[in-house]
Amino acid sequence: MTVLEQPGSYRPTPPPAWQPRTDAAPLLPDAEPYRVLGTAAADGLDPELLRRLYGRLVRGRRYNTQATALTRQGRLAVYPSSTGQEACEVAAALVLQEQDWLFPSYRDTLAVVARGLDPVAALTLLRGDWHTGYDPRERRVAPLSTPLATQLPHAVGLAHAARLAGDEVVALAMVGDGGTSEGDFHEALNFAAVWRAPVVFFVQNNGFAISVPLAKQTAAPSLAHKAVGYGMPGRLVDGNDAAAVHEVLGEAVERARADGGPTLVEAVTYRVEAHTNADDATRYRSDAEVEAWRAHDPIALLEAELTRRGLIDDEGIRAERDAAERMAADLRDRMNEDAALDPMDLFANVYAQQTAQLREQAAQLRAELAAEQQPEAAESAVEEPAREASAGEASGQAVGRAAGRPAQGPRGSQASHGSRGSQGSQSSQGSYGSQSSQGERR
Amino acid sequence: MTTTAVETARDTARKPVTMGQALNRALRDAMAEDPAIHVLGEDVGALGGVFRVTDGLAQEFGEDRCTDTPLAEAGILGAAVGMAMYGLRPVVEMQFDAFAYPAFEQLVSHVSRMRNRTRGALPMPITVRVPYGGGIGGVEHHSDSSEAYYMATPGLHVVTPATVADAYGLLRAAIASDDPVVFLEPKRLYWSKADWPADRPQPVDPIGRAAVRRPGTSATLITYGPSVPVCLEAAEAATAEGWDLEVVDLRSLVPFDEETVCASVRRTGRAVVVHESPGFGGPGGEIAARITERCFHHLDAPVLRVAGFDIPYPPPMLERHHLPGVDRVLDAVARLQWESEWTEGGVR
Repeated sequence: MTVLEQPGSYRPTPPPAWQPRTDAAPLLPDAEPYRVLGTAAADGLDPELLRRLYGRLVRGRRYNTQATALTRQGRLAVYPSSTGQEACEVAAALVLQEQDWLFPSYRDTLAVVARGLDPVAALTLLRGDWHTGYDPRERRVAPLSTPLATQLPHAVGLAHAARLAGDEVVALAMVGDGGTSEGDFHEALNFAAVWRAPVVFFVQNNGFAISVPLAKQTAAPSLAHKAVGYGMPGRLVDGNDAAAVHEVLGEAVERARADGGPTLVEAVTYRVEAHTNADDATRYRSDAEVEAWRAHDPIALLEAELTRRGLIDDEGIRAERDAAERMAADLRDRMNEDAALDPMDLFANVYAQQTAQLREQAAQLRAELAAEQQPEAAESAVEEPAREASAGEASGQAVGRAAGRPAQGPRGSQASHGSRGSQGSQSSQGSYGSQSSQGERR
Repeated sequence: MTTTAVETARDTARKPVTMGQALNRALRDAMAEDPAIHVLGEDVGALGGVFRVTDGLAQEFGEDRCTDTPLAEAGILGAAVGMAMYGLRPVVEMQFDAFAYPAFEQLVSHVSRMRNRTRGALPMPITVRVPYGGGIGGVEHHSDSSEAYYMATPGLHVVTPATVADAYGLLRAAIASDDPVVFLEPKRLYWSKADWPADRPQPVDPIGRAAVRRPGTSATLITYGPSVPVCLEAAEAATAEGWDLEVVDLRSLVPFDEETVCASVRRTGRAVVVHESPGFGGPGGEIAARITERCFHHLDAPVLRVAGFDIPYPPPMLERHHLPGVDRVLDAVARLQWESEWTEGGVR
């Protein structure tokens, strides 16, 4: 019998006491992006750190311009430039220790390079000769992630696993302003906070998700404010102030390392170039807006500070620029070499152990390649795949056609139209084509 | 199922155990053997999962090994990716078939291709357990057969048990695999029972071998998961018609055991593929095509499919009209041109 069945018997009491789960005030970001360069606090900055940041920024800018040039020469399929965002890219790499992990998005090849990976390997995805061009375990850099924000839960899982193991490993995960609208951003931050995972979420708010400005992306006071909803601190920093970004990220990393849980850092910066070489930014923003941001350039800001304090002279600046030119020349030379492609790699590492279906398809491709390269050798090449194919009626036919000769099918006539070799000519466009410029490919 | 029930099952070799208990035992044994194995999902901790498959694991191995996660499937599988990158072997529970869809992007864009895109540097030894299929009176979004989506994603293994012993053996094999495995658990067989073998059941190795559940000579029924008992029942009923049907339980949809299937069809000359998943674009089409390509000259009739209708999964009070049953299987067998009487329209 419930209380409702006894009119007049219900005695209301207050509900069980409600309390906030955590105090929101300390989690709130500052009202203004945190800045150091050009303020009184800059005097206390470590000269060695400033020089180091400066050298990396100069080389980072040159790397961006070189990579963009490589798209025009058809040596990169596409390049999403981080010009104007070098302070963020460089600082993200420099705040990490050797055992830490970096989780970059597709715009973060500069951070990958700053972490110590070979630029040619970092650009493999964008050159298009493979997906991930480096061994992620080598420098603890996850694959460049193209699906937005999907790498953030990976960072959480890895950091969680490290924490369970008692390892002092921090994961720093990079995402853009557009990526913060994705569901995976929400899920990752929530998991990280609940699990107290040692993760730093680093949002580069560069103003645009391709063409869509931040105002159409969020109604939040700032992206950093989103942290409060998850129960983690949010920090807002000037993304073009390399010293400030380094400081804020560094604090977040060490807090995570000390089991203080995750932090969300929003760096306010600007994508000076278009989204990629295939984008036309004049359709959605004014030159005046771009020029205003060029006047707040991360390299110029840092150079002014170094000059003001007498930490660098013209010769020092020239030396850094020369070093950047050497890096760019080396990158250009190496990217001008044709990528070594082995089409048979397509079938490698799909599974730990190749399935029968894939063995058969690999044999087909091998026969096609043999026919392409040396038509007269196709006869001998076809023997091997024929053995590999499982004993089926039609498998011999497929191989025979691709190799440019009719197969001896059970009824012979099945292969009558096989002499056109059409499959072979198709694959010669696809697999062996030179590295051509593909403007619209993203 | 309670912990006590599982303990009893463990101690009393001959006592019948359910498929759910066998799955629980597989998880328990695997976790005991390998500390890298972590179970995570919704309600897998104190509750033991809504089907009790993770019953007792959090108590036995601690909440760090069997973890109640926030309610977010992409987050669960995405976190599992990162855990695997760090050397763990996560076993993820998706609560129901249709609740696994939010994790689809992680599965397709990362889990399935991580090994390939990193040239083998980052394998993904992740098992994704998904209760699937209908027949338990579930309301909307609780009865989908989602295997075709997974099968269409290169890089995944897709397996599903139909027997209690296979539930144990296949799950052990899935967890031991260095590749991601979508492990589909037929919901309506969770309570099916079998005597526990006196010697503990063994992992099925390797993944990718079908099992002939009933040898026969007239025609081959090719099926998996929840439809295996249906086909076995149909095969028994068919003896009255004079048909001796062979029943092949695929056990693994990817890799597909073409060898066993084709050997059977070449012997019988006739084949029907049976599954709950919608027919159009479903596994049956792929299987029928393969049989036709490989066994054409051994076939005495077109390969037929008995599948769920191409409709959103029906409400529970109507689902019996949707699910392939014994009669529908026998009707298909009857259409296999037994007396060369095939005429236009004679085949569905």
